Amino acid sequence: MSHVGYVLGLADDALITAQRLGEWCSRAPEMEEDIALANIALDQLGVARMLLSHAGELEGRGRTEDDLAFLRSEHEFRNVRLVELDNGDFAVTMAKLLFLSVYQRLLYDWSIGVGDERLAAVAAKARKESAYHVDHSSRWVVRLGDGTEESHRRMQAAIDLVWPYTHQLFAADRDVHALDVAGIVVDPSTLRPAWLEAVDAVLTEATLTRPAVTEQAEGGRAVHTEALAKLLADMQVLHRAHPGARW
Amino acid sequence: MTLFDVVAAVKDPELRVLNVAELGILRDVTVDGDAVTVTITPTYSGCPAMDLIRADIESALHEAGVSVVAVKTVLDPPWTTDMITPEGRSKLAAAGIAPPGPVFIQLSVRCPRCGSRATEQLSRFGSTACKSLWRCTSCLEPFDAVKAI
Repeated sequence: MSHVGYVLGLADDALITAQRLGEWCSRAPEMEEDIALANIALDQLGVARMLLSHAGELEGRGRTEDDLAFLRSEHEFRNVRLVELDNGDFAVTMAKLLFLSVYQRLLYDWSIGVGDERLAAVAAKARKESAYHVDHSSRWVVRLGDGTEESHRRMQAAIDLVWPYTHQLFAADRDVHALDVAGIVVDPSTLRPAWLEAVDAVLTEATLTRPAVTEQAEGGRAVHTEALAKLLADMQVLHRAHPGARW
Repeated sequence: MTLFDVVAAVKDPELRVLNVAELGILRDVTVDGDAVTVTITPTYSGCPAMDLIRADIESALHEAGVSVVAVKTVLDPPWTTDMITPEGRSKLAAAGIAPPGPVFIQLSVRCPRCGSRATEQLSRFGSTACKSLWRCTSCLEPFDAVKAI
C-alpha cells in the first residue's frame, strides 16, 4: 500500500464511520445518545476531511476532499470492512465503535511526531477526541454487558458478530512496514498487543467473552461487503445528481 | 483600531459571548501591502462553525477596507481549552456556561448559576462539539460546560 493509500485508508475509516453514526440521528435510544453519536460522527467527519485533502495533495492529481468522498466508487474506497457493516442494533454499533476507537486512539497517539507532518498534526488533534469516543463506547459496552440477562446476551452477540472484522485493522503490508521503518507513518500491525490489552480490559469488566476466532481476514482494503455500495448510494446521491452542489 | 483588533472582535458563532481571540483560536494576522492573511486553528476537528468563522473574518476585514483577505487554518500546535483567556472564562461563566478547568487536573465543575460544586454530569456530549451537559444538585439548574481538552 502506497503512502497515499495509507492516508486514504485512515480517511475512509473515519468518513464511513461518520456516515454510519449519522444514520442514528433522531433514532438513538435516548436524546443524550442522539447528541453523543452525532458529535462523535462530527469528530470523525472532521478528521476525514483533513485526511482526504491530504491524500488528494499527496496524490498530486488535483482531487479535492469532495472529489474523493463523492466521486469514487465502491472498489476505490480503502476503509476496513468493520466500519461499513450495518449499524444493527445498538449493541452492534457500540461494539464497532469500541473496536474502532481504541484502534484510532492508539494509531493517533503513536502518529504524533511521525515524518508525515500533516498526518502528525491531524493525529495530535484527533487523539483527544478519540479518547472521548473510547470512553463513551466503553461505558456502554460495560453497562450492557454487565446489565440484564437480555442486554448481556445481545452485547455478547454483537461482539461475536463484529470480532472477525477486527483482524483487518492490523493486516500487515510490506510497503506500510517500509514507511514505518523510514519513520513516515505508523504500521497498524504493531498496535495489536496494545489494542488487545485495552479491549480485553473493557470486555472483562463487561463480563463478556472475547471470541476465539483467530483467522486473518481475506482481501485487502479494496475488498468490501455489499453494505458499502448501499451506504455510498445514500451518501453520494446528492453530489452525483447535482455536481458541485453547495449548501 | 488595528487590523488584529478587527479580526479579534469577531464572535464565535456557537459561543456567542466569546470572540475568536478569547477562545484562543486566532493565531496570527499579517499584513502585506493590501493583503491580509489571518491564521486560525479549529477547536474540534469537525467543528461546523469554522466555515462561518472564516466568512465572518473576511467580511469584518472587508468592512474595515481590506480588499484581499486570506484565512489560513493550521493544526499545530493543537488547540486546547487552556488557550481560552481568563477574560473569556469569566464571560462564559457570566453567560451560564461553566468554563473548563485546566487540562489534566480533574476538578469538579462549578455551577455557573449558584456557584455550588455539587454538580453531576448528565452527558459527556452537549449541544455543540465543545460542550458537555451538567446539572447542579444544589439549585437543580441544568447547564452546559465547556469540556477540558
